[in-house]
Amino acid sequence: MRQGALLVPLVLLVLPPAAQAHLVTSGLGPFYDGALHLLLSPDELLGLLALALLAGLRGTAAARAALIALPIAWLVGGTIGLTLQATPDLAWVSVASFMLVGMLVVVDARLAPVVVAALAGVYGGLHGLLSGSTLATLDAGVPSLLGIVLAALLLVLLASAALVPLQAFWTRIAIRVAGSWVVAVGLLMLGWLAQSAA
Amino acid sequence: MSKSYLHQRTLAATVAVCAIVLFWPIAAWAHVGPGEAGGFVTGLLHPISGLDHVLAMVAVGLWGAQLRMPAIWVLPVAFPLVMALGGLLGLLGIPLPGVEVGIAVSAIVLGIMVLGAVKPPLWVALVLVSVFAIFHGHAHGTELPAGQSGLEYSLGFVIATGLLHACGIAIGLINHWRTGAVMLRAVGAAVAMGGVYFLAGAVG
Repeated sequence: MRQGALLVPLVLLVLPPAAQAHLVTSGLGPFYDGALHLLLSPDELLGLLALALLAGLRGTAAARAALIALPIAWLVGGTIGLTLQATPDLAWVSVASFMLVGMLVVVDARLAPVVVAALAGVYGGLHGLLSGSTLATLDAGVPSLLGIVLAALLLVLLASAALVPLQAFWTRIAIRVAGSWVVAVGLLMLGWLAQSAA
Repeated sequence: MSKSYLHQRTLAATVAVCAIVLFWPIAAWAHVGPGEAGGFVTGLLHPISGLDHVLAMVAVGLWGAQLRMPAIWVLPVAFPLVMALGGLLGLLGIPLPGVEVGIAVSAIVLGIMVLGAVKPPLWVALVLVSVFAIFHGHAHGTELPAGQSGLEYSLGFVIATGLLHACGIAIGLINHWRTGAVMLRAVGAAVAMGGVYFLAGAVG
């Protein structure tokens, strides 16, 4: 059962890649288009996975606090983003954000629930801003944003709920190993960004 | 929970994870973003497609299992991080001489470590593995085919690398039995010989 739960983050990692230039059409309306947009964005999934790993590692109180802060911040950031004319170039900050969370998982940082919530809030606000501004450029609106926020909440909820009960030494190590993978991908992303900027 | 039961469950989990990645339906990615699916698959297959990489990655897991706690998990955590650093150097255009030689030597040295069941202090093992990880990362980081997603590629090869370590650790669990320990050292010898073969190819 516990080992089965460990497969959840792996499955998140191997989900199919993102579509670009327009929201994926789910055929079920803008709300589900938004949700699908998130599910098909591996960079977003990677950050959410890192958050879920951190929340799961730090226990029930921290996971609950993160689950409250994340959607609220994402919604606020997204609402602001919807008013922007162009998507801000925050790719570096985005990568740095999930690298930071991943590194906290690797070192098993003993963070208080309020700190985990603050990190989730900052992450949610940043990615909300990016989601909102992207939706604005694609002529999508609040329903799609709500779909993104709900999908993000559900992903972190399910993943952290699967991880919180894992208290055995090996399972906690596995979570930290997954965190190191997130940081490794982030390091390489910095390289790709530098290469494309050059 | 007994140790052998724990080992059996760890082995079962590792096999399950390997099976998921191996049998994930690649065809399902055929209609997604152009190039991106290919990026993930390319990254996933890259460490597996070169036997020199495979030998070294598995050897890290084998040696970690031989060294036991905490090396059994510290080495596989450190390797992808430092490997990514090597990849970053490659992506930034910083040349690293003798990459192929370094990769072959990594298999030789790690194989010898397993063969001799060498147990140095953790920091020595960490430094050794990290130095080799730079070479592996540099090779991976500079080999993204044009038009493919860097993120997908990175995800693919970090996951593949981690799973190779996991396979090494799973194989290394035989070290808990007397016959298994001997067999493990024989595997180390095979890894070292493989490294010699690749070294000959790299310098020849």
